[in-house]
Amino acid sequence: MAIVTHSRKSAAVNPLKMSQPIGAALAFMGLRGCMPLLHGSQGCTSFGLVLFVRHFKEAIPMQTTAMSEVATVLGGFENVEQAVLNIVNRTKPEIIGIASTGVTETKGDDVEGFIRLIRQRHPELKDFPLVYVSTPDFTGAFQDGWEKAVTNLVRELVRKPENAARKDMKAVNVLPGSHLTPGDIEELRTIIEDFGLEPTFLPDIGQSLDGHIPDDFTPTTIGGVGVEEVAAMGNAGWTIAVGAQMRAAAEAMQEKTGVPYRLFEKLCGLEAGDELIAFLTEISGRPAPTKYRRQRGQLIDAMLDGHFHIGGRKLAIGAEPDMLYDIGSLLHDMGAQIEAAVTTTQSPVLEKLETQEVVIGDLEDLETLAKERACDLLVTHAHGRQAAERLKIPFHRMGIPTFDRIGAAHEVSVGYRGARDLIFKIANLIIAHREANAHVTPDTWRYPWGELAGAEENGAAIATPVTH
Amino acid sequence: MSVSSKIQDVFNEPGCSKNANKSAKDKKKGCTKALQPGGAAGGCAFDGAKIALQPFADVAHLVHGPIACEGNSWDNRGSASSGPTLWRTSFTTDMTEQDVVFGGEKKLFKACKEIIEKYDPPAIFVYQTCVPAMIGDDIGAVCKAASQKFGKPVIPVNVPGFVGPKNLGNKLAGEALLDYVIGTVEPEYTTPYDINIIGEFNLAGEFWQVKPLLDELGIRILSCISGDGRYNEVASSHRARATMMVCSKAMINVARKMEERYGIPFFEGSFYGIEDTSDSLKELARLLIERGADPELMDRVNALCEREEKRAYAAIAKLKPRVQGKKVLLITGGVKSWSVVAALMEAGFEMVGTSVKKSTREDKERIKELMGQDAHLIEDMKPRDMYKMLRDARADIMLSGGRSQFVALKATMPWLDINQERHQCYMGYVGMVNLVKEIDRTLSNPVWKKVRKPAPWAKVGDSWQERALAQIAQEQAELAADPAKAEEVRRAKAVCMCKGVTLGAIEDAIRGGAATTEAVKEKTAASGGCGACAVRIQEILDQGAIVGQPTQQINVAAE
Repeated sequence: MAIVTHSRKSAAVNPLKMSQPIGAALAFMGLRGCMPLLHGSQGCTSFGLVLFVRHFKEAIPMQTTAMSEVATVLGGFENVEQAVLNIVNRTKPEIIGIASTGVTETKGDDVEGFIRLIRQRHPELKDFPLVYVSTPDFTGAFQDGWEKAVTNLVRELVRKPENAARKDMKAVNVLPGSHLTPGDIEELRTIIEDFGLEPTFLPDIGQSLDGHIPDDFTPTTIGGVGVEEVAAMGNAGWTIAVGAQMRAAAEAMQEKTGVPYRLFEKLCGLEAGDELIAFLTEISGRPAPTKYRRQRGQLIDAMLDGHFHIGGRKLAIGAEPDMLYDIGSLLHDMGAQIEAAVTTTQSPVLEKLETQEVVIGDLEDLETLAKERACDLLVTHAHGRQAAERLKIPFHRMGIPTFDRIGAAHEVSVGYRGARDLIFKIANLIIAHREANAHVTPDTWRYPWGELAGAEENGAAIATPVTH
Repeated sequence: MSVSSKIQDVFNEPGCSKNANKSAKDKKKGCTKALQPGGAAGGCAFDGAKIALQPFADVAHLVHGPIACEGNSWDNRGSASSGPTLWRTSFTTDMTEQDVVFGGEKKLFKACKEIIEKYDPPAIFVYQTCVPAMIGDDIGAVCKAASQKFGKPVIPVNVPGFVGPKNLGNKLAGEALLDYVIGTVEPEYTTPYDINIIGEFNLAGEFWQVKPLLDELGIRILSCISGDGRYNEVASSHRARATMMVCSKAMINVARKMEERYGIPFFEGSFYGIEDTSDSLKELARLLIERGADPELMDRVNALCEREEKRAYAAIAKLKPRVQGKKVLLITGGVKSWSVVAALMEAGFEMVGTSVKKSTREDKERIKELMGQDAHLIEDMKPRDMYKMLRDARADIMLSGGRSQFVALKATMPWLDINQERHQCYMGYVGMVNLVKEIDRTLSNPVWKKVRKPAPWAKVGDSWQERALAQIAQEQAELAADPAKAEEVRRAKAVCMCKGVTLGAIEDAIRGGAATTEAVKEKTAASGGCGACAVRIQEILDQGAIVGQPTQQINVAAE
């Protein structure tokens, strides 16, 4: 049970955190035919765009209201109006998702008012889906932007069911957190469908950012959940929310439509998988398919094989709250000690993490703690690469951005199979690192109790006496 | 000087030929494109400044602003350093709501203190962003106070993103160097062979393909702005004898003002392409000799160029049998297109899509501009149209900038990045050989055949490629049957990408009496951005008789 502390520095060094507006933009990208639009300077969009292009290795639809200094001072109505009209004319989207930024929030632009005015002035846009979310850069983090965007999508797009009694009990809503990859969403879709249920994901980056070769090319998102499908989510029997960040959206859904929800704070690991399968068994009234019974066995076997390598490792992990809790818990269950945990923003799951302290800070904090506490496994996004090089410890890349490896969209950690493969990956990383770096020589054990100062210089520290 | 007067000063750049060609009114507007909300794709001024300065490897680069500016973008440059790694460490004040309400100056000052205590860099560059600029944080004052307090240069780089696009940021970054850095340190010693290189960022370490040649000639790079640069080098760069401005006009203000202030002559050269590399080396030697270097330098440069050219062409000749007759579609304005064209033709490639012949200098200019324009065009191109274009051109490979990468790959077309995002080194003599090798490696990959194979469930005539072509054919047939619609489509074709001016609008302007490019620009705002479409406008004027009809007549016809 952890205490949550804040890093008290004036200069953040090597940020772990990314900003709210691009978290919102990614959520919008899970809608079909969508153009995310950031209301700010063009740099606000271009940095996010480049980040996603490097992560997904895909063309990314993202636009800007291109606020100049003058427009910022005078207010951005004209820019928002022009941007919406240009996007509608040029790219024929099905929906535009608008997120504010630090610039326009500091000015205090009333974007909701702008949208009302745009609808008045352009009657053809009266019913066009324009969903706005307020996401100043100077509060919260990526995950918060995602959370707010999804919550607003539920509020704005989901229709109130006309007859609450005519529910489609086969239909299940899934509200995935920003920590799930397109691969995770595909896996989850398969699992839910295997129980005879019909899931609708909001947002569904599993269909838009999975790197497929589309049949039809559009300048907006290619694939994702359609506006009409979202509207119909109110008829579903259940909502599954993944990650504590999705509680607000699930509650908004329940409030609006009466669809009850079940929140899964974790989906990686044996217990988390069991809970999911038990829940799906319950709501579908079907027994778990044989496939999952076998997969559960495989996961247990992987845990047994993997514990030799992961057990006793001192873990330094930096991730947004929901990923931190999900993946940190898996590795804790495998016998790793969470010695250093750094995250980006507040969340109720932080204090549940099996460690002493969770720091809301940056990668310098993580690196410093990892060094002090002699950590020998690092898990964070690709920006951890410089720290890993200096610390000389095995490094597993996880989360956005992962710009220096390919296939980030297809990494899977959910379900029995996801957990099984993740365990293999991390264990293999540890094995490879040991093989490359730990060479036992007669001198390794010459001063086992460390009584001779300078033993390290003799090379004794090269191999860790605790080898698995 | 305030940011706005600084911007005016930067816009009034006499060294820029594009600027010199503009009317007084256009000059005042500067080189900033009026950005189109919902239709813009570039970076901001802050982005541009960071690109220009971050390669200074031993400097701490501190971004004053909320997390977006730095947190979303750090460690994403391909520059290489031969020593310090501090430039890759990210520093930001990560402004919170509280800072926005109460002001961020104190936090910025403390941030400087923390950085000096922990990392002890020779200097800190502080980048101003939009939010602190809006709330009135005076980074100039904070930097001054921090410099005095800590006895270290703390340099303000005043580039809030909303003042303009990337290229303005490049120039404002140059101004910060001119105002606060250049000339503040004396070099340990000087030689008659000291040069500055400006505008070279050492992407993927490619400048090291050229540096050994300079070393061999005894030419010393006193300062490179900014690839693999060091603070003390740029601070003492005012003692160089000559400056080479590489490739872009991004930092022409630095080159010109250094000439003005310190009498250092400069020229614009390129290390892309075999001939260009030789030309640049010779020009460097000429300037150095003019300023007192031993004239025998030129003999050595000539000998070196001859030797390297021979080696490069010999290496390319070896690859010739593998690539002879393969067709390359080159679409770029980024790398010096002409240099690349010359090298590729030497290797036996056939250039398609653009009428490329070795001829006059004007032709070269024209090709460059056309390619620049096409690179623009391709950003808006649908993959199916690109597929058709490649098919119609019967090209085997497309070379272009990173932006068209995914479109080309989704069309399963061999593609190679030859602009700045690439990881391969194409600089100098050896670089052109690398380029030919890369093209060969891409072309000879069996993967293209495999990925184009139809899926087992595909029906004959029903692949996306066939459907795309059929769709295009159908649309064309529809247009052929409907002249009014066809005319509308023809007129709607954008000529000026920056300002979104259509062919129809330009024809209307000509019909309305505009007889020169200038007059058309005046009437339509076309060519007010990058200027690349000036050539197209001239072509439209040259056609004389206007093919289309004025808008009103079409409307009448349509009714």
